[in-house]
Formats: sequence, structure tokens, C-alpha cells
Amino acid sequence: MSFVFLWTDIMVWLLVLVLIGAVRSIRQSKQSRKQWTQIFQSPVAMASAIILSFYLVFALLDSIHFEFTQNSSISAQASTIEGQVKTATNIEQGGVLSVLDLIFSHLKENTERTYSAPFATHEHSTSISYDEDGNVSQQYLPLKFGGQHLKENTKVFDDFMVKSSIPFLFSFFILAIIAFIHSWFNFKKYAIKTLDGLYEYLPIPEPHMPWKTVYFTLFILFFAVSWFYYLSQYYHVLGTDKVGQDVLYQSIKSIRTGVLIGLLTTLVMLPLALILGISAGYFKGWVDDVIQYLYTTLNSIPGVLLIAAGVLVMQVIIGNNPDWFSSTEERADLRLLFLIFILGLTSWTGLCRLLRAETLKISQVEYVAAAKTVGVGPFKIIKNHIMPNLMHLILIALVLDFSGLVLAEAVLSYVGVGVDPTTASWGNMINQARLEMAREPMVWWSLFSAFTFMFTLVLAANLFSDRVQVVLDPRRAK
Amino acid sequence: MFAYIIRRLLFAVPILIGVNFITFTLFFMVNTPDDMARAQLGAKQTTPEMIQSWKVDHGYDKPLFFNGQASGLESIQQTLFVQESLKLFTFDFGQSDSGRQITADIQERMWPSLAIALPTFIIGLVTNIALALLIVLFRGSTLDTVTMMVAVAIMSISGLFYIIAAQVLFSKTWHWVPISGYAEGWEGVKFLILPVLIGIFAGIGAGMRWYRSIFLEEMNKDYVRTARAKGLSDIKVLFGHVLHNGMLPILTGVVVVIPTLFMGSLIMESFFGIPGLGSYTIDAINAQDFGIVKAMVFLGSVLYIIGLILTDISYTMFDPRVKLS
Repeated sequence: MSFVFLWTDIMVWLLVLVLIGAVRSIRQSKQSRKQWTQIFQSPVAMASAIILSFYLVFALLDSIHFEFTQNSSISAQASTIEGQVKTATNIEQGGVLSVLDLIFSHLKENTERTYSAPFATHEHSTSISYDEDGNVSQQYLPLKFGGQHLKENTKVFDDFMVKSSIPFLFSFFILAIIAFIHSWFNFKKYAIKTLDGLYEYLPIPEPHMPWKTVYFTLFILFFAVSWFYYLSQYYHVLGTDKVGQDVLYQSIKSIRTGVLIGLLTTLVMLPLALILGISAGYFKGWVDDVIQYLYTTLNSIPGVLLIAAGVLVMQVIIGNNPDWFSSTEERADLRLLFLIFILGLTSWTGLCRLLRAETLKISQVEYVAAAKTVGVGPFKIIKNHIMPNLMHLILIALVLDFSGLVLAEAVLSYVGVGVDPTTASWGNMINQARLEMAREPMVWWSLFSAFTFMFTLVLAANLFSDRVQVVLDPRRAK
Repeated sequence: MFAYIIRRLLFAVPILIGVNFITFTLFFMVNTPDDMARAQLGAKQTTPEMIQSWKVDHGYDKPLFFNGQASGLESIQQTLFVQESLKLFTFDFGQSDSGRQITADIQERMWPSLAIALPTFIIGLVTNIALALLIVLFRGSTLDTVTMMVAVAIMSISGLFYIIAAQVLFSKTWHWVPISGYAEGWEGVKFLILPVLIGIFAGIGAGMRWYRSIFLEEMNKDYVRTARAKGLSDIKVLFGHVLHNGMLPILTGVVVVIPTLFMGSLIMESFFGIPGLGSYTIDAINAQDFGIVKAMVFLGSVLYIIGLILTDISYTMFDPRVKLS
């Protein structure tokens, strides 16, 4: 087994480093610590942040890749867990896998022949079969995997209820452990021993965090994750698609694509917007003219056309250089990386214009003029006097952009200029499932899963960015 | 003001040259004229002479940016870039790579695009502003909170979902309207009603929130307090003062969009099979037809710049303090 570092993996872990750095600098400054406490005091923002971090964890788990070269201990382990030799043999065949693939390996391996509905035990449509006497009949064939543990005469619903109770109890158990640790910390921090040997709590200081919401959200999420994980061992919880792939597995794999496009694009566009916006606003004159010309030109090209043109160029470049990558995963990854760069290069103009206007305003203020007279250099002024005043704008723009980018991915995949068709993404799922709505009876589960996973992420991001905006925007803070 | 408009139009020229430069560089990186000739002449045996003659016919035989064979100013003039750009500036879009007249195509396909975009835009704008005013009237109440939550939810759902869900419900299950297609005149209404309604609904979330925040900001200003102190009712303040003063920020966002309505909507048109400019563009992207893409990019940029100028002019109409100079 050897680790494989895809380009987007490197970028995403780089981003994690940046995030850790940002959190540390927030903790050091008293004012921003106060602001962020204020953000998380809102129950809605807290719940959204927890949901977002669950998505992030999935994306990160899916960003540690390795390659199996020979029979290794992990594949042997996987086979004992599943009790199926098949798992082991398939993993041995090699290919790039992520940690998430290992956790959900049973989903990757247990494919069906064609469509099957969620919790189905038989295929979605009839197929012709011959019995021993040679009679032809139309039958719903039983699935290879889904619901095959059921004994005769047990209903799916009864089994479903029994099996659902286990993750329910499990998530209670996990939550109890967390609550215990939490109260232990509170005890250590706030409890004092009174004279008569009993413990008494000091009043816990303001601000109070919305702990009820935290526990409620955590319970829902732990339950959802463990429920999907446990039941997916017995059923195709969200059904299977045309070639029998598990839809749950596709939806989970798509998390990485969505989150990466939302996060990494901002990482690409931020330096451009920052450098160009601040220099236009600070240096004025011809620098301002050139930069204004640049972003007006880029802005005036219809966005989709610019992205489409960029993606077409990328396809040709990738097609002409087959030696850049050694596997299909790497090619798909390169395409994702290029798409992120193209989106970044086309979306910096808005933030740049905002930063330019704000820098123009700030550089008129007395303290900047004073710094100039004393002879402070331009870079020092930008770093010490201008940048801190722009931070709220940058943060608000970043959180606002995230949800738009996640939604844009689906549309771009539909137009045909999105991620590689082999990459799991909600856009690709929607695109493939779109035509199946015409089928009778309808195949709705692929679309439903893709939209639900996407909706949860985007809703959480929108609610969180609302709160960030309310707290950080000085115009709104009243 | 006339001088101002002339100057703004002159400023547009370098921007359009820049736009052309970007599209040229991007597309000739993908598709050299030789590739285009080979693709258009078909997979049959193509001789270098055939390619050469195709290039001469379509005007692709000159070098891209610099003609080494000519001298002086000619070396820049006798290039593909300058020749093609000059044609674009006279709105002569020439032939598409498949041999159709692009200008005629655009003129023909503009109307179906407008038939969707214009009603969506106008009804959407009125609905959004009306709803926002209503919500501002009930600001701070439970109704306000609930509506805003619904608005966030509407915003968070992918536009593709609305289209697919509406097609399944209204066309496939209930057979109220045909699933896709287009017809001229009043016949076309039954094809247009669903895309227009979806377009309006999908925009309600973001639109309502935006207008609400504009009106709320106005509500905090001094003149509103004065008006209320004089005894004006909430409704009179809202419609008499706030709506008028809120027009300025609304215009900034809205007027830019009006000219680009001609470009149509890529997604709507291709889902509903409407032969407008949006589906024209998508087809061109998929077929890698450079002629059409170039024309559409140019058209889009021109319309955007016109939108910017219109925005400035509309300012002077709503705010007497603004003077164009």
C-alpha cells in the first residue's frame, strides 16, 4: 500500500492548514474572538456550522488516497468484516482508493444488474426469464445483494424498524459519552468544593453557547450517518442506478467534489482579488486604470461562455498530454483542478471591485495620511492599516460564494463543461438521472438523493453566511 | 449628457477589443484553422489543398496576430484577429462554421429568447418588490422570520430541481402543458408559461431578500422617522418615500440585466426545447463552433456595456443630485 497525492488532495490539505492558521489568529485577537463567539451564539448558525463540518469531514476522508499494490493487511481485514471474500479480491486488483472508499467498501462492491428502488428486494423492472420447462415469463428478478438476508415471510418494513433501532441506540450512546466529557470539563472548570464537602457550581460566565442545539444537531447527524452505514450493509438504502451502482455511495462520493469546488475556488480567486483590488485602490493612477480595464473586460463576457471556453481549452490540453497522468483517477483529478482554476479566474472580479472601492475609501482616512507623512512604506500601510479593515468584506464574500459555487457545479455539468464524467458529482448524477424521469414507473431516487445532499449543504452554507454577514458587516451591526 | 454617452461608447472600444482578444486566444489554442477545416470537411480524405481552399473561403488563411510577410502597419492589419474584429464591430458576424448566416440566425432566435426572458424579468421584478414591501410592513414579526426562512430554502434548491420537478408534475403527470417545444404567436403561450413561472419562482428567494434588505436600510434613515413623526402611516411612508428612495440601489442591479435579456437562458431553453439564443449557444459550445461562440461573446459584451451606460442614465432620472460629466 502506498499513498497517492492527487493535486486536489494537496490543495485541500493546504486549505486545512490555512483554516487552522485563521482560527489561531482569530483566537489571538480579542475583538475577532468576540465576533466569532457572537456568530456561534445563534442556534441556527451553530447547527449549520456543525452540518458543514460533517460535510467537510467526509470531503477530507475522501481526500486521503492510496494505492494497493499487493495483498495487504487492510484488505484482509475488510474481508473479515464483510465476511465476503469478494471485497478482498476486488481491492487487491489495485486502483486508487480513499479512506472513504474503505469505510463504505461494501457499497462499492455490492452492485446490482440495473435499477432498483430504495429498500427494494427485487429489480425495478421486469425481465424475461425461462423456467425449467422452457416457459417464458416476465418476472421481477431478485437483487443480488439488497435485502437478501431476509428470511422468508419477513416483511421489509419489520426488518427496517428493527434495524433502525440499533443506530438510534448507538447515536444515543455516542452522545452520552460526549455529554459526559462535556460535563466533566464544566465540573473541572466551574465547580468548587464548599466547606461542608459538597461541590457547587460557580455561575457559568456569559456568553452562553446554544448547547441544546448542538446536542440536537449532533444527535440527528450521528443518527443519520450510522443509520445509513448500518442499513447499507443490508439494503441499497437509496436504490441503485442504471448500471446497478449504489446511489448512496455516489452521493457520498460527490460530497468531496462539491465541497472542493466551493472551497478551493475561493483559495484560487482570493490572492487575485486581494492583490489587484488593493493595489488598484491604493496606488490609483495607471495601476487603477489597468486593473479596472482588466476586470470590466472579464466581467463583460457572459460567465458561462467564459467558463465553457476555458473548459474546452482544458480538454484539448489534457487530450494532448496523456503523459501527465498515470491513471483515470489522476486525469479526472486534473480536470477538477483545472475547473477550479477556471472558476477562480472568472469569479475574482466581484470581490476585486468591492476591495478596490473600500481601499479607496480607507486610504482617505486621517490615520493613513498620518502614516504616509511619517514615511511609512506603502506595503506596511497596506498590511497594518488597510488589510485589517478589509477582513470582514473578504470573509463575507468567501462564505457567500461557497453556496453559489456548489450550485454552479450542477449547472455546468448539465451544460457539459463541468467535472469529468467519471468523477462522482451531484451534477453528473442529476445529468444522468434526468432522462430516467420519463420512465414508467418513474426512477426518482437518483435525482432525489443528489438534490437532497446538495440542498442540505447549500442551505447550511446560506444560513451560516447570513449570520456571518449580520455579525461582521459594520453597516448591519446595530 | 450626450457628450457623456459618446465618451462611454468610446471607452467601450478597448474593452471589446480585449474581449475579442480573450476569445481569440482561448479558441485558437483549442482549434487551429486546420483542425476546423478538417472537422468541417468531414472525416473523408482531406488533402492539404482542400484545407487551404476551405481556409481561404472562410477567411482563416491569415496568421493570428502578426503577419510576418507584410510590412509596417499592414503586418498587424492583415491578420485574422484584426480582420475578424473589424467585421464584428460592424455587427457582421459572418458565417458559422457549418455555413449558416449567424446574423440572420441571431435575429430569428432572439424573439423566442425574449418571449421567455422578458415576462420572467418583469413579472419577477414586480412580484419580488411587492413581496419585499409586504414583508417590510410586517418587519420583526413571526411572519417576517418564517418568510425569510422560506426564502433561504428557495434559494438553496438547485434551479435544475425546479425545472425537473415542474416538468414531471405539470407536464408528465397532470398533462396541463406540453413538456417542451415552441410555437409562434399566441399558440406559444402554452409552451412558455411553465418556464416563465419556474424562472419567477426560482428567483423569488434571492430577490425578496435583496429588496427587503434595501428597504430595511431605508427604513432606518432619518427622513422616515420625520415622516412618521409628522403622522404619516406606515403604508404611506413605505410607498411614498421608501419605495422611491430605494429605487437607486435597485436600479444598480436591475438595469444592467435588461439588455442581456436578449441572450436568453441557457438552461431553460435547452430543457424546454425553445429555439432561442440560449440553446443556440449551448449547441455551439458542444459543436465547438467558433464563429457562433465568438459572435455570442461579442454580443453579450456589447449588451453588458450598454447596460452599464443605461444604469448611469437611469440614475439621473431617479436622483436629481447625480450629474453625468
